[in-house]
Amino acid sequence: MTDVPPTVVSPSGSARPARRRKPRTAKYVLRFVAVAYVAALVAMPVVVVIWRTIDQGASTFWHAITAADAVHAYQVTAEVAGLAVLINTVFGVGVALLLARYRFPGRGLLNVLIDVPISISPIIVGLALVLVFGWTTGWFGSALQNAGIQVIFSTPGMVLATVFVSMPLVLREVLPVLEEEGIEQDQAARSLGANALQRLIRITLPTIRWALAYGVVLSVARALGEFGAVRVVSGDVSGQTQTLTLVVDERAEQFEPGAYQLSVVLIAVSAICIVAISLLRPRGER
Amino acid sequence: MSAPSFRATARASGPGRARLGAWSGAGLGVAVLWLSLLVLLPLAAVVAKGAGDGWTGFWNAINNHAALVAIRLTVLSSLAVAAVNAVLGTLIAWVLVRDDFWGKRLVEAVIDIPFALPTIVAGLVLLTLYGQQSSIGLHWYATNQGVLVALLFVTLPFVVRTVQPVLLALDREAEQAAASLGAEPFTTFRRIILPALAPAIASGAALAFGRAMGEYGSVLLISGGLPKTSVASQYVFSKIENDEYVSAAAVSTVLLLISVVVLALLGEVQRRAARRG
Repeated sequence: MTDVPPTVVSPSGSARPARRRKPRTAKYVLRFVAVAYVAALVAMPVVVVIWRTIDQGASTFWHAITAADAVHAYQVTAEVAGLAVLINTVFGVGVALLLARYRFPGRGLLNVLIDVPISISPIIVGLALVLVFGWTTGWFGSALQNAGIQVIFSTPGMVLATVFVSMPLVLREVLPVLEEEGIEQDQAARSLGANALQRLIRITLPTIRWALAYGVVLSVARALGEFGAVRVVSGDVSGQTQTLTLVVDERAEQFEPGAYQLSVVLIAVSAICIVAISLLRPRGER
Repeated sequence: MSAPSFRATARASGPGRARLGAWSGAGLGVAVLWLSLLVLLPLAAVVAKGAGDGWTGFWNAINNHAALVAIRLTVLSSLAVAAVNAVLGTLIAWVLVRDDFWGKRLVEAVIDIPFALPTIVAGLVLLTLYGQQSSIGLHWYATNQGVLVALLFVTLPFVVRTVQPVLLALDREAEQAAASLGAEPFTTFRRIILPALAPAIASGAALAFGRAMGEYGSVLLISGGLPKTSVASQYVFSKIENDEYVSAAAVSTVLLLISVVVLALLGEVQRRAARRG
């Protein structure tokens, strides 16, 4: 005789009426459609690229990711993305503080304008910058040329393009936290004699640190992946103004080897960003 | 990357906001100058260039076969993408919130891939599965289906991520009441749940539409660069490469106008939702 475990009758177990079976079928159909769609559209293609990379072997992989143009692209990408994220972080926190704590004419307009850049095609972003900062094409072209400052076809233009496309990301994460927290602590600290810098370091930054980290990760992912705007303003010169995404495009379009391998590097970086995003995602959205 | 969040726009005159001081005033000045130099002035330059040769110049730039084909393909496929996302995005959000199964967290993570993945990598990835060397026999290289798949890929998270929090916060009492009164599950969904989700679905679909209108990187490889499968961004890029800035700017102006209309509609949807909530 085996021990019969005590029977647990779950309240929603076998006692279900027969008509409950239909919603169950519906549930499985919905689950299947959702999983199949996500798998076919996103998961399978990514897996196939990783599979093909593995299939081509470790030495091919190593050769592809250490080629001269790739190594140069790592440097350009790090420089452009690093500067862009730094600028947007300072700008985002600064403007968030202004919007949350001060009243001034045009406040609502500023709040709307900040969101404009992210909804514009990257190609138009590139064109817009060329039409203002290009030496021969831009409004400020001759002035910049006389001053010897090259923006378009050079690093400053690539940084500006990247700043443009990722402008509101930090701000939109930080602003709601600042608005929720209010200004009582800040005012209390001020009445106790803390100066602006002390208040920023001791009160504001600890309050917004998770939202800030989240916004920075989003900006890094966006900045590393920017392609269209940077392609227009950089001139896409191999070994000079190519970021990593531009090298991937060149290798893929010219049927040169190594596009998959570099893509896998970028996929790995994206995966790290996704993990960081899911860890940092604001509590309410988790 | 995450969908731009729709936390309410900052209140017009919140309590206890201070007047600008010397430092904050200077900060505001720098921020406005930066925004003007980087965003407003360049966008104005695009419109000025597009309209620079007058109405006929603008019209001639738009009214040629290649430009019209590109604009038509872009608008139609963006509309299709918005519609597909409205249905399947809501369905995925529903499954993620109300269902529970092994691997759900993996699906949850995969949804974020299109935002984090560089668009050119997304394009290469899709080309691998749906291109000429397709491992599953689907040859959508240089076809409208290929363009559509690329746009669906990059816009996948928008509706899912806007609907999910609303569905999570939804009070289930009304549903239970409807069910106890004998309503079929689908009736409950259509009459009780769908109206509550509608503003979020509309916001997400509008975001997906806007993104699809401007998409470039993910479409580039799979469209093959042929005129018949080039989206508007590709057309503008080809004009920039040929130094035909007036044509590039004119088509860009059309795209910007469509974006403005979509943003305005989006704002209206949000305002209505806020009034109802």
